[in-house]
Amino acid sequence: MNNLKKNRLIDKSFQYFGIACTLFGLIMLAVFISKILMDGIGRIDWSFITSLPSRKPEKAGILTAWTGTAWILGLTAIISIPLGVAAGIYLEEYGKKNRLASIIEINIANLAGVPSIIYGLLGLEIFVRTLNFGGSLLAGAFTLALLILPIIIVATREALKAVPPSLREASFGMGATKWQTIWYQTLPASSGGILTGIILALSRAVGETAPLIVIGALAYVPFVAKTPLDEFTVLPMQIFNWVSRPQHGFIVNAAAAIIILLVITFILNGIAIYLRNKWQKKVNW
Amino acid sequence: MKNIQANNVDAYYGDNHVLKGVTLGVKENSVTAFIGPSGCGKSTFIRMFNRMNDYIDGFRKEGEILIDGQEIYDEDVRVEELRQNVGMVFQKPNPFPKSIFDNVAYGLRIQGIKDKNVITETVVKSLEQSALWNEVKDNLNKSALSLSGGQQQRLCIARTLAVEPTILLMDEPASALDPISTAKIEELISTLKESYTIIIVTHNMQQAARISDKTAFFYLGELIEYDKTTELYTNPKHERTENYISGKFG
Repeated sequence: MNNLKKNRLIDKSFQYFGIACTLFGLIMLAVFISKILMDGIGRIDWSFITSLPSRKPEKAGILTAWTGTAWILGLTAIISIPLGVAAGIYLEEYGKKNRLASIIEINIANLAGVPSIIYGLLGLEIFVRTLNFGGSLLAGAFTLALLILPIIIVATREALKAVPPSLREASFGMGATKWQTIWYQTLPASSGGILTGIILALSRAVGETAPLIVIGALAYVPFVAKTPLDEFTVLPMQIFNWVSRPQHGFIVNAAAAIIILLVITFILNGIAIYLRNKWQKKVNW
Repeated sequence: MKNIQANNVDAYYGDNHVLKGVTLGVKENSVTAFIGPSGCGKSTFIRMFNRMNDYIDGFRKEGEILIDGQEIYDEDVRVEELRQNVGMVFQKPNPFPKSIFDNVAYGLRIQGIKDKNVITETVVKSLEQSALWNEVKDNLNKSALSLSGGQQQRLCIARTLAVEPTILLMDEPASALDPISTAKIEELISTLKESYTIIIVTHNMQQAARISDKTAFFYLGELIEYDKTTELYTNPKHERTENYISGKFG
C-alpha cells in the first residue's frame, strides 16, 4: 500500500515537473516575442521595408538586407537542393549497405552538428579565396549550401526509407529500371518528407549570421544586389549591426528587423508543416 | 519464353542457406503450386525466376535457372526485359498511389510507349482479362487505393498482364483477401492458365489442390516431393508430405 502511494506520488510529481519544463520554454519565447513586438512593431512601415540603410536611424531601412536574404535563400536553394537530394537518393537507393556506407552515414550526421562558423572558415578558404568569389552573394550561398547539405541529405534518406518496399517491388516487378522506379514511384511518394526537410534547412540558412560574417558579408551595403557576384548583407547581419550601435533608434530598428526575420522563418516553417500534413493525408498504404 | 527448368539451385542470404539443391521443371500453360511451411524457401525460389532477390544485400545463387534454355542470371540478360516476360503478383496488393488507369498503363509507359490508343486498348483488355473491367469501367480515373483489397489484387494482376508476360509468378496472391475475393482470384487463375505459365506460392493447401496441375512441397530449403497435384494429395510418397498435407504440422 505504501509502495503504491509512493509510486503515485512519483507519477504526479513527474507530471508537474514536465508541465513546468514545457512552460519554461514557452514563457521565455512569449516574453521574447512580446518584448520585440512592443519595441519594434511601431517602426515597421512601407518606407522601413523600401529604404536603404542610413546613418540616421529614422531614415534607415532594410531594403538591402531583405533583398540580400531573398537572394541568399534562392541561390542556396538552387545549389543545395539538387546536390542534397541526389546524394540522399544515391546513399539510400544505390549505395550498398556496407561498412563504408555506415561510416559515411555517421559522418553526415556529424557534419549536421558542426558549428556554423567552421563552415564560414571553409567557405572563406574555398569560395572567397581559392575560387575568388570574394565576399559575394555566390560565396555566401555556397557556404550556406554546404552548411545545410547534411540536413537535406538526412531528410531525403529518411523520407525515402519511409516508402514501403512493396511500392519499389511493384515497379521493379513490371520491368522498370532503378531510375524509373525512383522517378515515377519513390520520389513522388516521398516528396512530402523531402520538401519538409528542404524548407526547414532553408529556414535555418536564413537565420545564419556567423558564417557570413567570416566570409566577409558587409554590414553596410548602400545598394541592392543585382547579380550573384555583388556584395551583400542579410537580415541577421543588419540586425547584428544595428544592435551594436549606441543610439536608441537603431535598437528599435533592430527589433523591427527581427520581427520581419521571424515572420519569414515562421512562414517557411508553416509551409513545411502544411506540406507534411497534406502528404500524410494523401498517401496512406 | 514459357518453359522453366531449375537445376541444382542453391540460394543464400549471407551465411543463411535457404535453398538446397533444388531441381524442378515447369511446363508451359500449366499451374504449379509451391507449398510448405513458413521459412521453407518457396518464396525465395519463386522470386528467383524474375530475379527479385537481386536487390537483397548478401543474396547469392548457385546452380542453373533456365527459361526456354537461357540462363536468366547470365550477365547479358537484361533484367528489365526478363521481368516483362516473367510478371509477378505479390502477397499484399500493392497498387501504385495513382489512378486505376495509370496503374495498368505504367508498364507500357516505362517501355516508352506513348501512343494513347495503344495504351487505352491495352488497359481495357488487361482489365477485362483480370475480370475487373465491369467493376471499374466508369471510374478509371479514381485512385487505385480506393478499391477493395480483392479489387486491388485483381488490378495488380491486370497491371502485370498489360506488359504481356508469358509467365506469371504469384506469391501468396490471396492470403490477404477475404473468401469471396479469393474465389475470384482462383477462378481468374484457371482462365489465365490457358495462355500463361503460372507458378503460385500458397499456404492454403485446399487452394493448391483446387487450382494447380502440379505441386511442389518444400521443407527447410529442400524440394521434398514434386508431382501431379492429384497424385501428391492422394498418394504422397514421403511421410513429411503426408504429414504436411494432412495438417499434422505446418
